[in-house]
Amino acid sequence: MTKKSLPFLAFAALIAAAPGALAQNRDAAVLCMTLEPPILDPTAGAAQAIKEVTYNNVFETLVSIDSASKLQPRLAENWVLAPDNVTYTFKLKSGVKFHDGAEFTSADVKFSFERAVAPNSKNAQKASFTPIETITTPDPLTVVIKLKQPTARFLEGIAIGDASIVSEKSAATNETRPVGTGGYRYVDWRRGDRLIYTRNEAYWGRKPAIKDVSYRFIADAQAQFAAIQAGDCDAITNFGAYESVDALRKNPALKVMVGSTEGETMLAINNAKAPFNDLRVRRALAHAIDRKAVIEGAMNGVGVPIGSHFSPAHPAYVDLTGAVPYDPAKAKALLREAGFPNGFSTTLRLPPPPYARRSGEVIAAMLGEVGIKVSIEPVEFPQWLERVFRNKEYDLSIIAHTEPLDVGNYARTDYYWGYNNADFQAMNTRANAEMDEAKRFQIYRDMQKKILDDQVNVFLFMLPKTTVAKKDLEGMWQNWPIPVSPASELSWK
Amino acid sequence: MLSFILRRVAALALTLCVTAAVIFIVLEILPGDPAAVMMGVNATPENVAAIRAEYGLDRPAVERFLTWIGGLLTGDLGLSYTYRVPISSLIAERAQVTLPLAAMAVMLSASIGIPLGTLAAAKANTRTDSLVMGISQLGLAVPNFWFGILLVLLFAVTLGWFPAGGFPGWGAGVLAGIKTLILPAVALALPQSAILARLTRSAVLEALQEDFVRTARAKGLSWPATLRKHVLRNALVPVVTILGLQFSVLVAGAIIIENVFSLPGLGRLMFQSIAQHDIIVVKDLVVLFAALVVFMNFIVDVAYGIIDPRLRRT
Repeated sequence: MTKKSLPFLAFAALIAAAPGALAQNRDAAVLCMTLEPPILDPTAGAAQAIKEVTYNNVFETLVSIDSASKLQPRLAENWVLAPDNVTYTFKLKSGVKFHDGAEFTSADVKFSFERAVAPNSKNAQKASFTPIETITTPDPLTVVIKLKQPTARFLEGIAIGDASIVSEKSAATNETRPVGTGGYRYVDWRRGDRLIYTRNEAYWGRKPAIKDVSYRFIADAQAQFAAIQAGDCDAITNFGAYESVDALRKNPALKVMVGSTEGETMLAINNAKAPFNDLRVRRALAHAIDRKAVIEGAMNGVGVPIGSHFSPAHPAYVDLTGAVPYDPAKAKALLREAGFPNGFSTTLRLPPPPYARRSGEVIAAMLGEVGIKVSIEPVEFPQWLERVFRNKEYDLSIIAHTEPLDVGNYARTDYYWGYNNADFQAMNTRANAEMDEAKRFQIYRDMQKKILDDQVNVFLFMLPKTTVAKKDLEGMWQNWPIPVSPASELSWK
Repeated sequence: MLSFILRRVAALALTLCVTAAVIFIVLEILPGDPAAVMMGVNATPENVAAIRAEYGLDRPAVERFLTWIGGLLTGDLGLSYTYRVPISSLIAERAQVTLPLAAMAVMLSASIGIPLGTLAAAKANTRTDSLVMGISQLGLAVPNFWFGILLVLLFAVTLGWFPAGGFPGWGAGVLAGIKTLILPAVALALPQSAILARLTRSAVLEALQEDFVRTARAKGLSWPATLRKHVLRNALVPVVTILGLQFSVLVAGAIIIENVFSLPGLGRLMFQSIAQHDIIVVKDLVVLFAALVVFMNFIVDVAYGIIDPRLRRT
């Protein structure tokens, strides 16, 4: 060994000794996810990632949705709906404090909801609050909310992250320094890398088991794969590289849980544009697509097939997957009948998520089989929003609609599908006002059948949620009734 | 000399103005409304209008351009649409990752490429030469991101010596920071060192033909000493120039490597901003990268001017 190599060796030794892969720290957990939230105020932006990191962590709602999709009391101790079907009285939990020490009272609820519905509101789910007529606060722990008309799903609407209760004192700065009532408080956010929380030791409820939690943002699927294999991540909330899942299953230190989201994935059709304004053409598209082959080819076999726009997890679900079966001959016959014996050319605009891009390739090939020549046009999400969603400049697209129970979108007359059907709109109005669950569910069943009868879109599959976690990390949500990852439910075995 | 520098500074300013105008116009034409992206698919028109007003997006384009340029000149880069924080602080945070990464990569590529190139030239047309040139050909052919993935699989996943990515921040200690940057720096440096090795080899071979080499040998100087004192000194001028340019390429060009290693650097900031249509950040970064490249060229120009007085008149 020469003298010159000594400094190098000393340096190498120092590097090797630097903190890196340590034994599992039971007081900490690193949760990895694909997208980084742009801000941390769930009431001021649409990005799902904001809700994923804040819901039941930093911020809480009056009523919350649990991993089994059930409504649970959170900041509200209980609530009563008066016989008039429009007056809700919420009793609030006592002794709840915001992270800055401010007391949580009925005034905060009033402030939060009025702010959400104000003209300059940045709340992405403003519609949840528009049924509200008045909010009164008879005492610090009672809130009375009077609605304009009976609204069947009002409670679900205020159980989502967009309805988080904020304090007037900190509302303006929540985007970058969130202050809520939850079991974790904000410590630091290194943008582009990770968000760091620590347990709120003054939390009113059951204290979270793990003290230090951070969310790491890893956009690249290959990098996620490496990070979980190397032990840098304790869990990946929704792993995007479907083809690598089998390799992860072989790792004895990890567990893989395949669940479902509320994301109905579909071939969206511009119903207002020729030739797609012809039901026979839309039906031909449906007959030309082999759902199972799409799920095999694009999603590595993961994803529950759907026949209409409705989640199989919902009690009112009707299985319509067999109603319009894969039948290329029938598709060709329908096209002939519609005046396209030689098919036609069309464009498929695809947003960036892998499920869309990959399914798009498979579907373009399938449509080619029946004579429809599809040219694929990949677009970035901002362009998708503007061109496809807002200006309706498209023929076909592939997208997952991730809101829970969003079949009501088919009643929106100006929506990008260009579907405008008075019968369906009437059904939706009835469902929204029907307070009897059994009757409401029957209307939902009719709505599912109606949009399939009209073949508004071609319904493909439910977007899966693939959770990968270290073997002894407990409490990760297997399904996503709403896309959130509450760290307060995690523990080390 | 002074007028030479003044002319160069004027050219620099003009380049930056043109860059700024072009990028502004291009992003103006591109479809996509930042406010709509922020508010998502359930946005009401009032939602979008509120955001547009807050960020001044409802103003005429000319006014926005002038406000932006005015801000740049006074050091105010504006607020990021998505993150809603000052862009100057975003860039400052990210530069703490990208600048050390680029510096490490340049040092690595120099310390691998220059000795190897010199070796190949000194042993020109031997088996050593072929071996070095063959390896450098491979280094040029292999894309750095793929090489990065291989490094991660070996050193992070299999051996566990390094983290697979991410950056703990310099607050976690200088060594921990350097440790996370080593694999990406190696991945960035290898293709660059292949370029340097080939360049060094040809520069050294050229210098070896010069008369002064023969003179040095004739006066009895040993072969290694001739190589070190006479050949390398002359051969290194173009090599160092390329090395300087590599630095600016590495700062702006680490987008893919930063994604592979999920490093919160400038490249990733650019990538995210484009994906989220945070056009004000994109504009600022493009001007910043352009300024960096132009500035590096300027330094090289001035250096040439100092070395060779004849160039001052061009």
